[in-house]
Order: sequence, then C-alpha cells, then structure tokens
Amino acid sequence: MKVQSKSDIILQAVAYIVLILLSLTIIYPFWNLIVISFNSSSDTMRGGLTFYTREFTFDNYAKVFADKRLLGAFNITVLRTVITTFFSTIFTAIFAYGLSRRKLKFRRAYSKFCTVTMYLNAGLIPAYILMRTLHLVNSFWVFVIPSLFSVWNMIIFRTFFDNLSNGLIEAAKIDGAGEYRIFFSIVLPVSKPVVATLALFTAVNQWNAWFDGAIYITDPKLMPLPTLLRQILNTNAASQLMAQMSSTAAEQLGDKMISTRSLSSATMMVSVIPIAAIYPFVQKYFASGVMLGSIKE
Amino acid sequence: MRAAAQIQIKTRGKYNFEKLKQQMTLQSMVVPGIIYLVIFSYIPLAGLVIAFQDFDLYQGVFGSHWVGFKHFIQFFSGDQFFRLMKNTLCISLLKLLFGFPAPIILALLFNEIRQQKTRKAIQTVTYLPHFISWVVVAGMISSMMAVDGGTLNNIALKLGWIDKPVNFLSEPKYFRTILVAANVWKTVGFNAIIFIAAIAGINPELYEAASVDGATRFKQMFVVTLPCIVPQIVIMLIMNVSQILNAGFDDILLLTNNGENSILLEVGDVLDTYVYRYGIKLQRYSYGTAVGLFKSVVSIIMLFVANGISKSLTENSLW
Repeated sequence: MKVQSKSDIILQAVAYIVLILLSLTIIYPFWNLIVISFNSSSDTMRGGLTFYTREFTFDNYAKVFADKRLLGAFNITVLRTVITTFFSTIFTAIFAYGLSRRKLKFRRAYSKFCTVTMYLNAGLIPAYILMRTLHLVNSFWVFVIPSLFSVWNMIIFRTFFDNLSNGLIEAAKIDGAGEYRIFFSIVLPVSKPVVATLALFTAVNQWNAWFDGAIYITDPKLMPLPTLLRQILNTNAASQLMAQMSSTAAEQLGDKMISTRSLSSATMMVSVIPIAAIYPFVQKYFASGVMLGSIKE
Repeated sequence: MRAAAQIQIKTRGKYNFEKLKQQMTLQSMVVPGIIYLVIFSYIPLAGLVIAFQDFDLYQGVFGSHWVGFKHFIQFFSGDQFFRLMKNTLCISLLKLLFGFPAPIILALLFNEIRQQKTRKAIQTVTYLPHFISWVVVAGMISSMMAVDGGTLNNIALKLGWIDKPVNFLSEPKYFRTILVAANVWKTVGFNAIIFIAAIAGINPELYEAASVDGATRFKQMFVVTLPCIVPQIVIMLIMNVSQILNAGFDDILLLTNNGENSILLEVGDVLDTYVYRYGIKLQRYSYGTAVGLFKSVVSIIMLFVANGISKSLTENSLW
C-alpha cells in the first residue's frame, strides 16, 4: 500500500465534504416536511419552523385520513399502481421474450417498428384526442391502458433475455414445454432483478402521475392522489399570493379545498412515505437495470 | 432437430406462411404489442395532420376543414413566438449547463470514496428525489420558500441578506434559478448511475499504471477516469442536445401554479406549457398540434445533427 500523498488526502476530504453537503441538501427538505406535518396547524402559521417541531401533534395525519376525498384519491392511486404495474410488466416482458427468440419471423421488422416510436412522438394533443375517441376520458382505464406497454422497458427486458443461456430454453423445448410455459416457469424466475427494477419504475411512475388525472378526469371520485394534492397546493399558493396582492383571485377559490401548510405537508407525506419505504430495498437491483438499458442504446 | 433444419432451409417464398403458422404461439406473444403500438403510437402520429386543419372534435379528422399552414403562420408571426423561444432555449441551456456536468462530477466524487458502506448510504440518499413526484417537490419548494416562515426566508433574514420576507416563487427574477436548482437537485443522483457504472467497469490496471507513473488521484481523474467514460458522456450529450426544445413541463407547470401565475409566464412559459394552455385548456387543438409539431421536427433535426457531429468527431453515436 502506497503512502497517500497530500493531494490525495485533500481530494478525499473534498469528496466527503461535497457529498455530505449534497446529502444534507437532499434530506433537509424532507425533514422540514416531516417537522411541519407533525406540528400543529395554528402554530405553523407563526413561522420559523426549521429543524424540530414546537407543538407536536398527530392531528394533521388524523385529518388527512378522515378526509373522504383524500382517502378516495389514495385508493385510486393504489389501485392504478397495482393494476398497471402488474399488467404492464407481464405484457411488456412477454413481448420482449418473443422478440428475443431468434427464430421469430419478422423479428427485425418488429424491432424497427418499436424503435421508431422512441424517436417519434405525436405529443400531447393527438394523444388527448385519441383518449377521447376511445372513450377513456373520465374512465379509470385511462390510468391503465395507455401505460400497458413501454418500448423502453421492453428493450431492457430483451437485452436481459438475450443474455440468458439458450441451453436452458432448448432443454425445456425438448421436454415439450410451450413458449408460454418456458416464459413463465423458466425465464421469469431467473429474471427477478430486471423484473423488480422495471416493476419498481412503472410503479413509481404510476404512483406519482398527476397530469393524466388533471386532463382526462373531471369526476372527483376518480381523481388520483397527486392530482388532488396539486389542486390543494395550488389553492394554497393562490391564497398566499392573494394575501400579498389582495383580492384578485378571491372568488376563484370558492368551493375548492383550502388547507393549512401543516395539513398539506401531511398530505404530501402520505404520498411520499410508500415510496420512501419501498425503494431502499429494491435499490440494489435498479443500478443493474438502468445499465442494461444504457448498454443497448 | 433435423426437421427443424430442413424448415430453416425452406423458409423462402411460399413456405413463409407455413412457418408463420408453425410459430403461432410465438407470434401471439408479439403481435398484440404491435397492434398496441399501432393504436397508441402510430395513430396519434397520423393524427398530426390536424395541424393543417381547423380540427373540430365532433367532425373528426375526416370531416374537418383543411387550412394548410395557417396555424404555423399564426404561431411564427404571433407576438408570443419570440418570448416562447427565448424562454425555452434559455431554460433548456441553463438546465444543460448545470444539469449535465453535475452527475459526472458526482460520479467522479463517488469514485474517491473508499468506504463502501458510506458510499452506498450517500448513493441511496442521492437517488431518492428521482422517485418523488414533481407535485411533492413543487410543494416542498413552495413550503421552503413560503413568505410566512419558510426556511429560506428564515435563513436569509438571519444572515441579513434581505430585510423583509420575500415571496421567492412569485418574483420572475428568481424563477429560473429555482427551476434549474430544483432540477439538478432532483436528477443529479439518478443520472449519475450510468457514469458510476461506467467508472466501475474501468480496468484497475490503468490506475495502477498511472500511479506507478506518479500520477496523484486527482490527476488520475483526468488521465484515466474521464477518458474512459467519454463514450457515455458523448451519448448523454447527444440525447440532451436533441432535447433542447424540451425545456420541461411538469416542473414549470407546477411551479407556476398550473400556468395561472401570469407574472411567472413572462420568464417561464415554454413551448410545451404553451401547447398545453392553448391546445388543451383553450381547446385550440389544431393550433396546439401545429406548435407541438414544429417542436418535434426541430428536435428530430437536432438529434440527427448532434449524432452526426459526434460520429465524425468521436466515433460515438446513437446508431
């Protein structure tokens, strides 16, 4: 082992300091959110909360879980996340497996057909008109159907399947297993890391999605949590602006939900906690998943 | 096996159909996905023709009037065009300027941390913002910057930078800084993964050789690490440059109160938010599509140009 030179020691110190500062910058906003969400609403208005609560209370969370609208939105989000993640992962993986089989006829053509869609995207309005035409507006299925198949994920799956040993599949073939059986009983079990990664990514996207709820849904019963959360935060921001500039938007607020900062912080926490709880456990897989995608591209 | 080989030879011509029939099961795994793409990717692409119509939702694509380049002309000659392009390019370039090097620097710094446990812990923390919804991130920003006792005002007041609380989120001069900082905060950790993985794949002998030559760790960064990850850097740069007209959507929309904060639109309105406001909210479908199409065409040209330049300069390319 070589003795470290002075410059090496300085470099190490700089790396540690920068990384720790960065971590603190990332953690602090979450910490602040937690503090505010556990502080009583009326006390929060006095301002000045930074590192710890002044009047600790569970009230805000109790109110969030007692609110029928928030609870409904929470359920919609759970439902869309579970259903879409399950079907999208299976559907995309089956497609990728089919495409990874070398004997598949039109394999190259299919492959090109998929890649084109990664570069050419029609954008917002044609998609919106399509959803209207398919009667998906104000339907729960607008959360599921447009996300059933992801070309990006498909390519990551296929790269993984391409690298699987062919012997395994051929042996099963000789035993008379069909393609679907091979996929479900041989390929899928050995692909856990990539399945876990892509399922996590799909789930997070679904959990966080707010825009589809904002443009395709007007029925309040179908509104997902992030969309409702955005509405609440918008109203708060508008009222804050109002307090500053007085009156202009006063009538617009009307029937919309007005919430205190502590209450909306608790709502945000409800949206963050499931992700923060799950992701450290799946984290070990996803570095390899992301890499698989980038190698191919 | 021999039978399979014979079929292989006979695949040409009229046997094609036979083979297709033989792999019905295999085809059934792929064909639904292809049909799906036709409906959800290709039909909307065809739907872009409404940019040349006065599209009416109830008449449909086939019943609407054709108007040629009317909407494009209206957009290019409109008084918003200049402001939109300025905002889009400005925000995009700022994001590129700060958001592109940041993950590379982060990856280089991670490479200097020898304790695996510390490293893993810090990595876990830096990935976290990527998984948090923009809705929540925007909510945290507005909470941190709140006039009535947000952290930023508290600190700035204590340090004497300001003498009364500032509503940072409704001041146009702070908007782009907040936007770009929030983006770097959210993406830096996750975007570093690809570079971290590339660095992990570097042959350790290269470092040993450099160290024998007397290169310090700092110098090794420039003579070993960086040259080894040039391919990844170039690929990411091509992708980023081709996205130059994608200045952001969720982040801007959420930080401008869904585009309702008109003071901020002056500095924050970009092509995508404009398409949303005109195309969806004001239901000017054809006009919005025309603006979107203009953006897509420029993006594709940019992609080809960036790819071409990279190919001739560094032999790295997307295809």
